[in-house]
Amino acid sequence: MNEQRNLLPYWLTAPGMLVTLAFVALPLVLIFSLSLYPFVSGGGVGEQMTVANYADIFRDDYFHAIFARTFGMAILVTFLCIVIGVPEAYVLTRLSQRWRAVSVVIVLGPLLISVVIRTLGWAILLGNEGVINNLLLATGLVSEPVKIMFTFTGVVIAMVHVLVPFMVLAVWTSLQKLDPATEQAAQSLGAGLPTVLRRIVFPQVIPGVLSGGLIVFALAASAFATPAIIGGRRLKVVPTTIYDEFLGNLNWPLGAALAVVLVLIVLAVSMGVNRLVERRWKQVFV
Amino acid sequence: MSFLELQGLSKRFDDFTAVSGCSLSVAKGEFVCLLGPSGCGKTTTLQMVAGFVPPTEGRILLDGQDITSVKPDKRGLGIVFQSYALFPHMTVADNVAFGLEMRGVAATERRRRVGETLELVHLESLTDRYPRELSGGQRQRVAMARALVIQPPVLLLDEPMGALDAKLREEMQIELRALQHRVGITTIMVTHDQAEAMTLADRVVLMNQGRIEQVGRPFDMYEQPNGRFSSTFLGKANVFAGQAIGGMVEVNGHRLPCADRTAAGVVDYIVRPEKVEITREPALVRGRISARVFLGNHWLFQVDTPLGTMQITHANTGLPQAGEGDEVGLCWSGEHARVVPAGAGATA
Repeated sequence: MNEQRNLLPYWLTAPGMLVTLAFVALPLVLIFSLSLYPFVSGGGVGEQMTVANYADIFRDDYFHAIFARTFGMAILVTFLCIVIGVPEAYVLTRLSQRWRAVSVVIVLGPLLISVVIRTLGWAILLGNEGVINNLLLATGLVSEPVKIMFTFTGVVIAMVHVLVPFMVLAVWTSLQKLDPATEQAAQSLGAGLPTVLRRIVFPQVIPGVLSGGLIVFALAASAFATPAIIGGRRLKVVPTTIYDEFLGNLNWPLGAALAVVLVLIVLAVSMGVNRLVERRWKQVFV
Repeated sequence: MSFLELQGLSKRFDDFTAVSGCSLSVAKGEFVCLLGPSGCGKTTTLQMVAGFVPPTEGRILLDGQDITSVKPDKRGLGIVFQSYALFPHMTVADNVAFGLEMRGVAATERRRRVGETLELVHLESLTDRYPRELSGGQRQRVAMARALVIQPPVLLLDEPMGALDAKLREEMQIELRALQHRVGITTIMVTHDQAEAMTLADRVVLMNQGRIEQVGRPFDMYEQPNGRFSSTFLGKANVFAGQAIGGMVEVNGHRLPCADRTAAGVVDYIVRPEKVEITREPALVRGRISARVFLGNHWLFQVDTPLGTMQITHANTGLPQAGEGDEVGLCWSGEHARVVPAGAGATA
């Protein structure tokens, strides 16, 4: 009887485990093994195992710049999502039932639209002949078009737009566990609204900010479509570089090595930040 | 001299009135309990005093100053919430220090006052703990210390014992009472527990359906309830509708004694269960004991009489002679009966 009960959870998770193994773990292993073979020009893969692909990535400034750009962008996007998403989630919890329903749809809106459509929409808005520039020129705020399309700024704007909902949802979940009386208590002790938000509300939603931040960071670092369309061919990030190596240069092993490095960095950053924040704010992680 | 004064305080929400025309004056150092069933408006009243709910009508005066439109963070009142609302990410000491920090008290002075206040509530050994490492009773004391450390003119307590189990609640009640006497702070507490109100309060404000039903010292209110609601909410009571005629009240053809000779017309006749004697002698009414329950310090009898079912309690001084099924006589003195006009009290 006891033995049965002990095994049951394993049986129940077995199907999920199998699917994960087959479709996540196995491809990762294959990618990793692919990255250990040399590239033979013309699109082939050599016989002898080597770490030359990794050596290339670590030595070449070209790749350094791409990795720096990718993670710089991911960090900036995550930061902006926190700055925008946390107040947004707080406002959402304060709305009346009806307005909250409407607002949630608006917040989740970006996720309901195909990534290509949404990104092309941004391209229409941000282009030199785009809506924003036409507006700026018409009002006379600028004398010549501001270059947003094919810039780092443009990519960040479009990425924040689509990733903010993840932050809002994560923080919102945290806010729902917050005892509203703690805000009243702080007020009764003499704290104004800004102090209440900074000293009482924000620290209590740290778990939500952390999980939202990790999701946003991982998605931003591995995003492909938005950097490809808004950033264009020259503003490369790691995912677009991987794409080019695989399908442009047909250098599969190098593409695989880039993918492995990307996954490892995202994992390392996520786990490191997670541990750091959980230690610093351990009292709010119940 | 009233220190805190509520003048005609009302709160109406879209489709219902939570509090209507509530006036009360509280003297300095007094402990007042707002008592009533849930939904009677006692918490809304407290929230208006605290400043979290703006009143629809009426004024609140503190020490002669009109504070009706003063924001809660500028009122400087000490509040203990039902959930305690401790800041989970701060230690006990930081929780207590928060109010002083907001007042710009210097760090050394802050530490001294936090230490003193924690000593007052016997928590000096737990300063570095976090709220979730504390028991219910300890949390309540932290909440109390946090409210007291800012030396507020008035302390507001919203069902502070609600989350404690019965035994701990009694201990904390006695402790709270001692603490309030020691600090001498004007206190308003909201509770739905009549025993708690009687234990703690100098004066009880009984509320029902948004109105103040009766205000008085616990003993006076218990002995002289002003209506059916007061008599049954504060303690138990046998209440009969009757007709008062010249020093007697006629209920269902029985004439019951009444000390109040001025009573006339349709009245409610109230007699407390512990004032009724069970006797074998000729009596006011006769009835049959339908239940006899032992409750430790007293016995509860239910007696079916022509007046209706009556409740009678006797102190436990041994096994009573009368048992279930016995025919007994009941009597009481007119002094102990209370006669009020039918429908007396604000909302009866």
